[in-house]
Amino acid sequence: MGACTGMTEIITTLSANFQYLFVRYALIVGVLIALCSSLLGVTLVLKRFSFIGDGLSHVAFGAISIAAALNLTNNFLLVLPVTVICAVLLLRTGQNTKIKGDAAIAMISVGTLAIGYLIMNLFSKSSNLSGDVCTTLFGSTSILTLNEAEVWLCGILSILVIAVFLLFYHKIFAVTFDEDFMAATGVKAKTYNLILAVIIAVVIVLAMNLVGALLISALVIFPALSSMRIYKNFKAVTICSVIVSVVCALLGIFIAILASTPVGSTIVAVNIAGFLAFSMAGLIARRA
Amino acid sequence: MPQLACQNLSLGYEGKTVITDLSFHVNAGDYLCIVGENGSGKSTLMKTILRLKSPIKGEIVTGDGLAHNDIGYLPQQTMVQKDFPASVREVVRSGCLNRCGLRPFYNRAEKRMAEENMNLLGIAPIAKHCYRELSGGQQQRTLLARALCAARKILLLDEPVAGLDPKATVEMYDVIKSLNSNGITIIMISHDIAASVKFASHIMHIGNHASLFFGTTAEYLKSEAGRIYSGWGRAPA
Repeated sequence: MGACTGMTEIITTLSANFQYLFVRYALIVGVLIALCSSLLGVTLVLKRFSFIGDGLSHVAFGAISIAAALNLTNNFLLVLPVTVICAVLLLRTGQNTKIKGDAAIAMISVGTLAIGYLIMNLFSKSSNLSGDVCTTLFGSTSILTLNEAEVWLCGILSILVIAVFLLFYHKIFAVTFDEDFMAATGVKAKTYNLILAVIIAVVIVLAMNLVGALLISALVIFPALSSMRIYKNFKAVTICSVIVSVVCALLGIFIAILASTPVGSTIVAVNIAGFLAFSMAGLIARRA
Repeated sequence: MPQLACQNLSLGYEGKTVITDLSFHVNAGDYLCIVGENGSGKSTLMKTILRLKSPIKGEIVTGDGLAHNDIGYLPQQTMVQKDFPASVREVVRSGCLNRCGLRPFYNRAEKRMAEENMNLLGIAPIAKHCYRELSGGQQQRTLLARALCAARKILLLDEPVAGLDPKATVEMYDVIKSLNSNGITIIMISHDIAASVKFASHIMHIGNHASLFFGTTAEYLKSEAGRIYSGWGRAPA
């Protein structure tokens, strides 16, 4: 009986929330972003690109603070190109330079984080500076404050990412598995790497709205790592990551609404729980 | 006309020259083994033939109707592949990508070719297995099937038996030999001089800074380099 009334209460609270446009926006955008970010998880994890994702999210933070200082109404217009350019540069430095990949990424990510905070401090006219910083880093409420234009932009970008992924699915697989072989047999591996870098940048800028700059990597990496505990081929892992990611995002948003917790960290917490569950299942499957 | 001819090649990496003035040619159906010490530039030479690197000097000419994407490649295993979730079929099919161009999916002919090559190498029964859970020999067969999907004229193999147990090593050499008997040109980097002498039609021995020897296996055994090095692979009398 008790459980039943509890359930009804939850449903009433949720449906009351669905009346609000911003909650519906948050759900649509949340699902789309979760979908995109999980697609590239395997590639990022296996190509040792996870750090690039992390570095880029800091770049995006720096760009956002500049956009805030310039008083831009739509900070996408600045953040997206800056992040894409940095993604391409980071990929280049990974290949051949004196500063090795890891160090270059660490340099850029810490550097932009510091500069970003500095600029926010120096130029921001906001009265609640630490609140602003917290929102950008942890996305505490940003998913719930999207306006209609931003929802459209997120939607279109997500669909573009999904379309590009589907079109280049086999190439992305091959370039991740063995770049040298592809280049040697006449496939334009460099071009596909470039496409990958651009998609990663777009995903990161999108995901910033959902979980904030610091937690993006979690959104990208956890679903892929979870599915890799159980599935053993690329297609199954990719499909499973998408499902895990979307389910975790939905659960996270629901829990955040019900318990008034920050959306981003709740989603990540659900992802961690998912990862633990998949690891257990993987262990049991191996024993059996 | 040879399938592949290299004229006065100088090769190197990071600004350091490792091979100077190397000239050789490979005809259709040849089985060339490239032997030499570590750091003598064997892998650099292979990457240059594959156009992953450009030579410092000299040129590589392909002939006999050989296009760039007629060259298949069996690279050494990379770290990434050790924990990559991919089925054997997915890996083998990826060899067909150089025919796809911008077409996003494999067509029926390409899928059939992947199945044929898996049959040829005896890995069809494990097509659904996970690549990273296979034995070393099965992994190499998978990569070889992928290379055959990419090209059927020349195969470049970079130490194909590295890390294999003795039984898998023998099987791998047999597979390569039978591919060669079917008319596929083989160029192989090897540390195993005894096996090279046994299977190859031609040997190239590169030492530091100079090509010590290039010629047929029979000539190699008579040459100075051959007399010194091929003794290594034999049991002492």
